[in-house]
Amino acid sequence: MEEVEVSRHSDKEMVVSEDVMIELKAMHKWYGEFHVLKNIDLTVHKGERIVICGPSGSGKSTLIRCINRLEEHQQGQIIVEGTELTGDLKHIEIIRRDVGMLFQHFNLFPHLTVLENCALAPIWVRKMPRGEAEKIGMKYLERVRIPEQAHKYPGQLSGGQQQRVAIARSLCMSPKVMLFDEPTSALDPEMIKEVLDVMVELAEEGMTMLCVTHEMGFAKTVANRVIFMDDGEIIEENEPQEFFNNPQNDRTKLFLSQILQH
Amino acid sequence: MAEQTQNYAPGAHPDLPPPRSEVGVIGWLYKNLFSTPLNTVLTLASLYIVYLLVPPVINWAILDADWIGDTREACSREGACWVFIKVWFKQLMYGRYPVEELWRINLAYIIGVAGIAALLIPSVPYKSYIGAFMLFIFPIVAYFLFVGDSFGLMWVETPLWGGLFLTLVIAITGIVASLPIGIVLALGRRSQMPVVKALCIAFIELWRGVPLITVLFMASVMFPLFMPEGMTFDKLLRALIGVMLFSAAYMAEVIRGGLQAIPKGQYEAAEALGLSFWKMMGLIILPQALKLVIPGIVNTFIGLFKDTTLVLIIGLFDFLGMSQLASTNPNWLGFSVEGYAFCAFVFWCFCFGMSRYSMHLEKELHTGH
Repeated sequence: MEEVEVSRHSDKEMVVSEDVMIELKAMHKWYGEFHVLKNIDLTVHKGERIVICGPSGSGKSTLIRCINRLEEHQQGQIIVEGTELTGDLKHIEIIRRDVGMLFQHFNLFPHLTVLENCALAPIWVRKMPRGEAEKIGMKYLERVRIPEQAHKYPGQLSGGQQQRVAIARSLCMSPKVMLFDEPTSALDPEMIKEVLDVMVELAEEGMTMLCVTHEMGFAKTVANRVIFMDDGEIIEENEPQEFFNNPQNDRTKLFLSQILQH
Repeated sequence: MAEQTQNYAPGAHPDLPPPRSEVGVIGWLYKNLFSTPLNTVLTLASLYIVYLLVPPVINWAILDADWIGDTREACSREGACWVFIKVWFKQLMYGRYPVEELWRINLAYIIGVAGIAALLIPSVPYKSYIGAFMLFIFPIVAYFLFVGDSFGLMWVETPLWGGLFLTLVIAITGIVASLPIGIVLALGRRSQMPVVKALCIAFIELWRGVPLITVLFMASVMFPLFMPEGMTFDKLLRALIGVMLFSAAYMAEVIRGGLQAIPKGQYEAAEALGLSFWKMMGLIILPQALKLVIPGIVNTFIGLFKDTTLVLIIGLFDFLGMSQLASTNPNWLGFSVEGYAFCAFVFWCFCFGMSRYSMHLEKELHTGH
């Protein structure tokens, strides 16, 4: 795979605080008989940028989808900002409000304009007046550099633009954590960079991020921790420098040799 | 031709007009009607069939028809006897509704038409208020106007209702009620909750599995047998409820088709933003699903509109029933064709109108994906 060059936009230091944002304790998940996630322990601190990688089918997407309960876990605990995820709808709603998510296929709402996409959740979930919500929507559209597309429909935009709108839509809810589920995998090569650029800026502004991606350039530049998963388990985790230059586990080595050769 | 053989340097090729045979009336005629020998034969054969059919119909319906007069004797020519329609017009439109009370129906028509027109014309403001009025207040106003017995209005019992008026009452009630009930049933059928799901499936399959005639018979003959003594329900009301639930079952399946076409990602994105189930459905899923199945919904509406003619068999005289009744009148025997033709024409106008509006709506809601 060709590595997209990713560079920092400012020399602002990206600080990780001591506060715990997300905690997964001995978490297991099954799809029917199939054990997808095995005994996951993971603590995410405020301001961390974690990249999760691994071969397909290793459970990395499922892992982050459990954090906002798009998937249900069957054993162990997931605690987000002190609220535990259980079947309780109240808890799920509280957590989803503060956890933003990006999808591989953007999942914008095609029947609403770009601005309506952005303003929808603030209006209906945060009970904000429409005018104020639209103002916030415009603010974030400007930040992802597409304010001129505000009144178009998602179907009229390119993939990269759509993913940036999706980022703006998430930001409108002022999330405390953002989950990225392969945000650039469905994009044409020339559009990957414009999305990664926005993600780098987010990181520099101190957003806590969990990112499933194959963009190793992004991992090297932005992440403070890289996690390697295989077969439903966390095999190895380390700082990017160590992770790429000095992988410990054989499976990690194999994976890196496959993904970095070209 | 010179411009086709000319060579241009790379990057300097100008936009040329398409070949002459592709554009204009001649191009269209050639491409669509005479492109092959077989097409030419088919075109000529079709023209001949049109020549055979159209002039006689026009002669019968217009040129040779009788338009003037008030009695059967006025119909002496070969064509249609529209005098028959003229004489029976009031009954065809209103049934046996008392003549001096007809203004009540007309008033409701005027409010209804004005309201719908205001909703359909894009430039009219306050759409949401007008919509709410039409949906919630207008039915109540219409009910009191039609039934009477309050506000100093005379009571008009439902057996006197009839004609196109009755057809519209049944059809519009059925149409307006079947959509929301259908949505609820469709959502219920896709629900995770086993009891809700089972109930909805049972309801849909029960109503879909029996003919409408059976439903109407049950409503008018069987239902009263199960009621406690002395308790009666209006026959029209029973038929209305029957039609409503019957069409709701069909509607539910149409809408379920739309719901199934919405990708999972839409649900996930809505959930990830923190929308609750009903907000997700109301704001994200249903608007898209309903838009997808507009053709199916309107199909059901049109079917329902025409199926209302079946109420004749339980003794309600709707538009078609009234025209049949008129043509069995001893003074007017032999004019049933005119009655049917008139009915067919009016039904066609309503159904075609619905169809056109649905096409317009599809185009308007298309957002380029």
